[in-house]
Amino acid sequence: MIETKSLCKHYGSFTAVDNLSFCVEAGTVLGFLGPNGAGKSTTMKMLTGFLTPSAGSALVNGVDVSEDSLAARMQIGYLPEGAPSYGEMTVQQFLSFVARARLIEKARVVDSVNEVIERLNLSGVKHQAIETLSKGFKRRVGLAQAIIHDPQILILDEPTDGLDPNQKREVRHLIRDMARDKIIVISTHILEEVEAVCNRVMIIAQGKLLADDTPHGLIARSRYNNSVSLVVEAAEKVASVLSELPEVAKAELNEGELTLFPSQKQGLFEAVTTAISEHQWDVSALRLEAGRLDEVFRNITRGEISA
Amino acid sequence: MNGAVNVMRRELAGYFATPVAYVFLIIFLVMTGIFTFYLGNFYTRGFADLDPFFRFHPWLYLFLVPAIAMRLWSEERRLGTIELLLTLPLTTSGAVVGKFLAAWLFIGLALVLTVPMWITVNYLGSPDNGVIFATYIGSWLMAGGFLAIGSCMSALTRNQVVAFILSVVVCFLFLLSGLPMVMNLFNGWAPQIVLDGVASLSFLKHFADIEKGVIDLRDLIYFVLMIGFWLIANVVILDMKKAD
Repeated sequence: MIETKSLCKHYGSFTAVDNLSFCVEAGTVLGFLGPNGAGKSTTMKMLTGFLTPSAGSALVNGVDVSEDSLAARMQIGYLPEGAPSYGEMTVQQFLSFVARARLIEKARVVDSVNEVIERLNLSGVKHQAIETLSKGFKRRVGLAQAIIHDPQILILDEPTDGLDPNQKREVRHLIRDMARDKIIVISTHILEEVEAVCNRVMIIAQGKLLADDTPHGLIARSRYNNSVSLVVEAAEKVASVLSELPEVAKAELNEGELTLFPSQKQGLFEAVTTAISEHQWDVSALRLEAGRLDEVFRNITRGEISA
Repeated sequence: MNGAVNVMRRELAGYFATPVAYVFLIIFLVMTGIFTFYLGNFYTRGFADLDPFFRFHPWLYLFLVPAIAMRLWSEERRLGTIELLLTLPLTTSGAVVGKFLAAWLFIGLALVLTVPMWITVNYLGSPDNGVIFATYIGSWLMAGGFLAIGSCMSALTRNQVVAFILSVVVCFLFLLSGLPMVMNLFNGWAPQIVLDGVASLSFLKHFADIEKGVIDLRDLIYFVLMIGFWLIANVVILDMKKAD
């Protein structure tokens, strides 16, 4: 379990993290979402004991990170931003170094290095110097060192940054695989990633916690939630007819696509389909929207919706 | 302790994975050769000892040791690996000692590679090998002092050039603290006890003592304290200023 109490970090007069309190249970994949410079990385650095909080505290499985940093660090696997590693070492040397530093028993070091190399598909490059590898491989080496000791808590700062779509999928798959009994905290500014891997999202901006919800819950905050969009001939006429329906709160026409916003939770889609068949409109596309995360994100980080 | 040994092994391997090690060793050997034979008149002075060899070590170390030390922490800062290293379950002092030991052993290796000089002098005459051995130890200890200063300076900045210049300046002050150009700063206004204190901080003075062939406990303690002090300062600086 990770618990923070009024965590703060100031740099002079600048407040990077402002009074952050939250609690994460095992089995959670928590996504820190926020614009650049929101305080995501700073929070992670405090959780891993790299930075000391200016005020407040962070507890990892009951251990205060600033009081017993060593004990806390033992339970954490950490991928720092940009996946730094020692470029002159080969993948195998580097992972062996981390394995020993992670206090894995001597007899197990070789095995755990091999396992993690296997797991992240690094066997082909294990004798290559890390600085000669592509960005995707470097990131995977970073992930490998974070999970080599099978930590209960994984903190990954932008784990898929710089990867191509296939590699992103692989990494997300890996994260979901490990998620069952662990706590995984990832930071990202990629919205689709949150939907793909997280079961909890915290939106942070200017060091403040603005929203703490499930991805579903967040999407449901969108004004597009349960709205219906259609592409139709003579859209303006259709719009004026449909806006008369009691289920429709508002109709918007945008680049040939007509979007209808619901006045109540249920029944809009049915009402629209009934109207379409009644009037025999020539509809070429029709869909019910769950909501748009990018719109929610924009609104929350601009302060238009409060938590 | 395990942490320090692990870091030391990684660092040592790192030296030989890059040209740093080879460049340093070659330059060190060439420079000691030049100093000994040309400036030290090794042959013409007609004594079978290694004094012309050791006499220039402080000046050689003044530039070569900061060159080794400058990357110790600045590079970790610049590459961001400091975040990786210091979130591993090892103490800051373990990491500092590990890095220091690796660099110190490496300088030790450079010294060991000068042994042909020792063999030569034995071939040419019959030197006092006890003195030579003691001076080797003294030289290595002095290198450790320079190195601890350099490591500490390197922790201050992410810029290796700045780290190098800072180390050279601080090492230079300690090297010369017994000589008139530094003593004159204190002469006339500081009490005798301060003058003695400053004079006794001199690397040159303590190394000269050892070079006479007697390893005095005070000289040993001086270098050990010097190393200890700067490494503790190194740990404190890192703990205070980990990021950026």
